[in-house]
Amino acid sequence: MSDLLILNGRLVDPASGLDAARDLLLRDGRVAAVEEPGVLRSIATADTIDATRMIVAPGLVDVHVHLREPGQTYKETIATGTAAAAAGGFTTVVAMPNTVPVNDSVARLEWMLDAARGSMVKLCSMPAATVGSLGGELTDFAALHKGGAVGFTDDGKPVLEDHVMRAALVAAARLGVPVSQHAEDTRLTGGCSMNAGPVAFRLGLRGMTVEAEARIVERDIRLLREIEKAEGLRPHLHVQHVSTARAMAAIREAKAQGLHVTCEVAPHHFTLTDEAIGDYDTHAKMNPPLRAEADRVAMIAGLMDGTVDCIATDHAPHAAHEKEVEFAAAANGITGLETALGLALRVLHKGQGMPLTRVMQLMSAAPAGIVSLAGRGALGVGSFADVVVFDAAAEWSFDAKKTRSKSRNTPFDGAAMLGRVKATVCEGRVVFRG
Amino acid sequence: MAQGSHGLMTTSKYAAGSLLSIADLPVAEVSAVLAETGRLETMPQSERAKMLAGRRVALLFYESSTRTRTSFELAAKSLGATTTLVSDKSSSIEKGESLKDTGLTLRALGAECIILRHPASGAPFLLARETGLPVLNAGDGMHEHPSQALLDLRTMLTRLYGSERATAVNAASLRGVTVVITGDILHSRVARSNAMLLPRLGAKVLLCGPTALLPEDALGLGYVQDGGVEIVRDFDVALRRACSEGPAVAMMLRIQKERLAGLELDLGDYIARYQLNAERLAACAPEALVMHPGPMIRGMEIAGDVADGRNSAIEDQVSHGLAVRSALLVRALGVGGFESVTV
Repeated sequence: MSDLLILNGRLVDPASGLDAARDLLLRDGRVAAVEEPGVLRSIATADTIDATRMIVAPGLVDVHVHLREPGQTYKETIATGTAAAAAGGFTTVVAMPNTVPVNDSVARLEWMLDAARGSMVKLCSMPAATVGSLGGELTDFAALHKGGAVGFTDDGKPVLEDHVMRAALVAAARLGVPVSQHAEDTRLTGGCSMNAGPVAFRLGLRGMTVEAEARIVERDIRLLREIEKAEGLRPHLHVQHVSTARAMAAIREAKAQGLHVTCEVAPHHFTLTDEAIGDYDTHAKMNPPLRAEADRVAMIAGLMDGTVDCIATDHAPHAAHEKEVEFAAAANGITGLETALGLALRVLHKGQGMPLTRVMQLMSAAPAGIVSLAGRGALGVGSFADVVVFDAAAEWSFDAKKTRSKSRNTPFDGAAMLGRVKATVCEGRVVFRG
Repeated sequence: MAQGSHGLMTTSKYAAGSLLSIADLPVAEVSAVLAETGRLETMPQSERAKMLAGRRVALLFYESSTRTRTSFELAAKSLGATTTLVSDKSSSIEKGESLKDTGLTLRALGAECIILRHPASGAPFLLARETGLPVLNAGDGMHEHPSQALLDLRTMLTRLYGSERATAVNAASLRGVTVVITGDILHSRVARSNAMLLPRLGAKVLLCGPTALLPEDALGLGYVQDGGVEIVRDFDVALRRACSEGPAVAMMLRIQKERLAGLELDLGDYIARYQLNAERLAACAPEALVMHPGPMIRGMEIAGDVADGRNSAIEDQVSHGLAVRSALLVRALGVGGFESVTV
């Protein structure tokens, strides 16, 4: 593989704390040199990226995407979903297991991770925690871990039964990987299609309560405490897409007590509220739903104070015909890979004054750490050559028609973005040029 | 509150003449509908029958209906329009055809306006967006029943002030009037539409019922800051207060036994606390106008003698329904002297 130089940029590498003018030499898929301006200029390479006035940062890592392959390739494929990832600056994505069939066996895991699927970026997988994600019998954690699993989840559904979740946390703890939980007490959310509250009342839609999310988070935290005490293990709970102030408070408290809890927040939950549903816009329908302003503010507070470990998109493509239906009948989920950075920079960096280093940490170093990706989420010599180059000052608006995803189900069509990806490099290969 | 932005958002996406939500209908437009209703009502029948001659109106009903469907259909026919009724029981809807495709099919067959009743909240917005046709919301899920609110308004104006005062409204038309809406507010599109219309005309709306049927979230219907909508749990208190402040209206809502069962509400207790019967009416609000959108369950939310009594405007509501829906059809098809100021 030929060398690639990235010159004249401002390197923001939260893992090393570096935020300074640096040039990068990428060789054989790894970072070969990180040098002050001028040092690397004499190296002759076939390819150079001029990063003048750009930020150069570790490639973004998304621990929560739905790539729909196998089984629902009319929505997305691994190739199209990861192309969207590359366009959004992501160099690693973690695919959720709710494909058809569910990814719950080594054979399915290997099929998904096979190079023949045509992933544009580093593809990781979290297989199902229970067989068929039915919430009963645990999958073979040890074999799946050997096959490359970076964690376990029944995402889209919670692991509801106490004893099953307990067993999952214990088994995952023995392997040193997280159980990633979709926190929704589905016994409380039947027939619900948005957040419970005054907006749902006005629209005549049944709402999911704050309690339905918080109860599972609080239960899981209690299980962590019990397991630490009884088993002498240190289980890792990762709470997916936190959306309520109450769940955020529970996580903050658990962290203060030293439990191994991490969590993610999706860009839509720190950007929008349930008012965005407007006149039944199904592109504002996802699960967990958009919440009240107080919850949105609590997501921002958690991101600012460190309670939130990472930003994850919950990229969930759906075909037009699955959204052009009655609101209650519409599929849950929105695409998010190409809008995450633009929203994070606009809302958190510009809007809240969050330092760029912290934004990059939330989107690269921290998520890489949650799933223990060695050599990713950082740009030291020897790291994987996973790099995003972006113009942090570029203001633009997202055009859903130009998406690399197969689907266009986003509430952010036409929305203002800050920061535009100019190049994405994955293991030394340029996988996107803007 | 969201009303403002909600209304603004809807002005361009939907065909003029649509009535999707009462919340989106400005007071001036409400007034225009009332004016047209009065004009049509006094028009000679021969002239009225030419208003929509040759025009095609589709009634698309995914739920059963007596009053709404019949009045829209009779209204359209009396204006000379051709109507076709499509119901979920006897069409390709049974075969799984989507609302979008059903709407596009009706459009391709020449429908110029669709009247939709649907169990899913928000369905009329979808149909209007996908077909580009004017859509009249004839009740969507638990969301709205805007034509009902308009006919209720005309009933109130006529009974309280006389028919000559029922042809125009402004923000003060119902000043001093208190409307007590009682019963299953949670599941009621009629309650929502009335609560989002009447306060804008100066009325005070008191919502009344047990928490299971009337959660605090109901204050999301808006106008709370103006004191327009309030929750009063005690029916007697609500009625007495309404009467003490001027003209009072008691609007009763149907109680469905199966919903009460699901909510573990005691039926006997409900009747004792919330039924409008002769004793309660005489004791708390002897002059109150009694309304009910129907279908009513006599002996449940309302006693039979009250429904048939001198305070009752229940049959008036039905006849005003025919008149108001005629005006809405004229408005939807953009004919006559109707001066539409907005969608």
